[in-house]
Amino acid sequence: MTNPALTQFIQEENCDPGNLIPLLQHIQQTEGYISEQSVRQISHFLKISENHIYGVASFYSQFRFQKPGKHHLKVCLGTACHVQGGKQLAQEVQKQFHLCSGETTPDGAIDYEEVACLGCCAQAAVVEIDGAIYAKMTTDRLMKKLHELRNIQPVPAQADESCPPIPASP
Amino acid sequence: MNENSFPQFTAIQRRAREKWTALQNGSQPLIYLGAASCGRAAGALQTLQAIQETLQELNRSAHIVQVGCIGPCYLEPLMDVQLPGLPRISYAKVTPEKAKRILRAALLEGDLSPKLAVGHFGDRTFTEQSGMPRFFDLPMLKPQVRVVLRNCGFIDPQEIDHYLAHDGYVGFVQALQRGPAGVIEEVKQSGLRGRGGAGFPTYKKWEICRAAAGEKKFVICNADEGDPGAFMNRSLLEGDPHAVLEGMLIAGFAIGAQQGLVYVRAEYPLAVTRLRHAIQQMRQSGFLGEDILGSGFRFNIEVKEGAGAFVCGEETALIASLEGERGMPRPRPPFPAEKGYRGYPTLINNTETFGILPNILRNGGQWFSQLGSPGNAGTKTFSLVGKARHTGLIEVPLGMTLRQIVFDIGGGTIKPFKAVQTGGPLGGCLSATHLDTPLDYENMRASGSIMGSGGLIVLDESTCIVDLARYFLTFSESESCGKCTPCRVGTRILVETLEKIARGEGEMGDLDVLYKVADTMQRTALCGGGQTAPNPVLTTLKYFMNEYLTHIQGRYCPAAVCTALFEYRILAEKCTGCGRCVQVCSSGAVQGEKKEPHTIDVELCIKCRACVEACKFDAIVGVPIAARQPQEVTL
Ligand SMILES: Cc1cc2nc3c(=O)[nH]c(=O)nc-3n(C[C@H](O)[C@H](O)[C@H](O)COP(=O)(O)O)c2cc1C
Ligand code: SF4
Ligand code: SF4
Ligand code: FES
Repeated sequence: MTNPALTQFIQEENCDPGNLIPLLQHIQQTEGYISEQSVRQISHFLKISENHIYGVASFYSQFRFQKPGKHHLKVCLGTACHVQGGKQLAQEVQKQFHLCSGETTPDGAIDYEEVACLGCCAQAAVVEIDGAIYAKMTTDRLMKKLHELRNIQPVPAQADESCPPIPASP
Repeated sequence: MNENSFPQFTAIQRRAREKWTALQNGSQPLIYLGAASCGRAAGALQTLQAIQETLQELNRSAHIVQVGCIGPCYLEPLMDVQLPGLPRISYAKVTPEKAKRILRAALLEGDLSPKLAVGHFGDRTFTEQSGMPRFFDLPMLKPQVRVVLRNCGFIDPQEIDHYLAHDGYVGFVQALQRGPAGVIEEVKQSGLRGRGGAGFPTYKKWEICRAAAGEKKFVICNADEGDPGAFMNRSLLEGDPHAVLEGMLIAGFAIGAQQGLVYVRAEYPLAVTRLRHAIQQMRQSGFLGEDILGSGFRFNIEVKEGAGAFVCGEETALIASLEGERGMPRPRPPFPAEKGYRGYPTLINNTETFGILPNILRNGGQWFSQLGSPGNAGTKTFSLVGKARHTGLIEVPLGMTLRQIVFDIGGGTIKPFKAVQTGGPLGGCLSATHLDTPLDYENMRASGSIMGSGGLIVLDESTCIVDLARYFLTFSESESCGKCTPCRVGTRILVETLEKIARGEGEMGDLDVLYKVADTMQRTALCGGGQTAPNPVLTTLKYFMNEYLTHIQGRYCPAAVCTALFEYRILAEKCTGCGRCVQVCSSGAVQGEKKEPHTIDVELCIKCRACVEACKFDAIVGVPIAARQPQEVTL
């Protein structure tokens, strides 16, 4: 069950193992994540082991190995955002949506990631929703936005069970 | 300068200048909009839409120029209006509504809404006429010297002609005329030191790389900008990408390279777009390719996106990443200048270093060396963020004091100033006693910090120093590539120890643990990452020991950050009984009758801070936990 578009891309771009990262980026961009099947396919074409590919991919925080949600939420925990309350935003997301960084809500509506800096530090605290960055975010505004996106109320508490809370500040 | 030896260039430049003059002196109003990432975050795209709608409603035409960040990000979105024959006027925090109001007044009645304006870009006589200050006379801008940022906020970064009209690529043409040795001599004269952190003399790296034998050579622009809280490189790439690319051309010519690579952070999609577009334009105008401007020089530039790993900012890790590997540093020597990307001699410089070069070639090394202070030539950009009143991107001569930067440019802090962190997670935390220290490479190192790439995070009394050290070490721990033990295990121990102190379980012996582990890391870690990662711990121990002692012996966090070490109380004399806190508390911990002072049930309170932020009267404060007896404090 190979993906013909991927095979074509590998051949057209003349990919070698040195292009592994751009190739993974291409896959993530077109498919949303790095699936087991695409890793198998790269392994086959570039003649490098699946282990090696996972070794490289998992080193970088950009790559995800699970299907993304419909909407993407990133909360910045860079230094500027940290001192301006980014942690409170992250904690509120964790609490209300029972999400840890890297996870997606059970209904597949929102995936969530905590990142180190979005480059808009003068506007801290910032979040990114579906590629757009929002400045001077407060917990109140963020929750409103997220509920708008989902059009429903917070997930009931039992959804929490499989998700250990992210270690918050002591 | 004799530009005639490159007639092709002279022609391109003339056309570009004519185009710019026509734009400036045309009969149409110009509307500038700061549309870099920071402006967009503040809502610039919504403002843009409002501008377009208003023009349509009024049935007027105007030129909209989307420019990069001009610096004072805290004022964004910034919209400027330039009516024919008048200077450009800048307006701050321009919401769609405000944009409509300003444009209606300006376009229909010629009313410049001086009350809404922050400043103008004309000369001083216009100040007298209009009562508006000059933009560059504003307190945040006045002490600055713009060299590398000279075009940011002025030109459309998507137009190579705008860049050309502002002496773009003149530095490169100068370089072609001077020859490689002449270029390196000019850079030597300038005293330029690398802006990526360590401050290594740029010309030296170039000499080594030029002398290195190799059938191919590479130039790499380090735009990984991993310091969380810094965005100088992003702003430059978004606002004036050609400056950086011209710098790469000059470097490539000087060392004899044929290929340039820009390694950009994954989180900077707009910078990537701007770069790719600019490279395309360079190719069309003949600044890239086989025989550039007929000089025989061959060069190409490609953009590579990083994949999110702080350590990839380190040059050998960056190369490993470019080669498709895990981004782990490699032992040096061999240095990349001798044996780098794919084994070939490779020159790696920071984005800002490249951005400065065209200015040096154009104005002369002598000119640059006179900016800044002896041994620390030139200007440096910083991202001034955190608790400063005026946050944004600044450029100042090296050697300016922290006081000038934090208080004159940054406008100070609202709550009392506590500290300033320089150099990012690998830098240090300096106290008020350092405010008169000149900001340069040597002074930063002497104080236990580093210059780093230019992050300046201003902290006030609401920041807990122990929490901050813990924050940085947690960052370094998660970003440690894990190759060497001192860094992998050392950061872990530092984090655990700091967490223990923040939890209120600290003992005096923990301080020794911090010192010992930090020392081992400094001496034995493989790369600069692990060697300097303890800096935040060591500088906070050195300059804020009291705060550690208050945590360990006083069992109290005075900044009300470490949740185990304080409780919230409502000050009866300040509380107006407005009830805002009751509304936001999801734990039901606040009680009180309307208009009567409220109280917090500390058993129910989860210290989420929501009430503190909601209270308009600063009535809710952190106090030591009443049920706990502090240990005897010996300071
Ligand atoms: C852990 C670590 C991270 C670094 N991150 C960056 C970075 O983000 N950007 C940068 O230009 N240099 C960074 N450097 C410095 C580079 O290794 C290198 O010295 C620099 O790019 C050289 O450019 P310059 O001579 O123009 O300063 C980092 C170094 C270390 C040890
Ligand atoms: S010091 Fe840290 S980041 Fe550098 S090589 Fe060692 S483990 Fe990796
Ligand atoms: S800190 Fe949070 S839980 Fe505690 S009283 Fe305030 S709002 Fe309620
Ligand atoms: S620290 Fe959050 S955007 Fe930079």
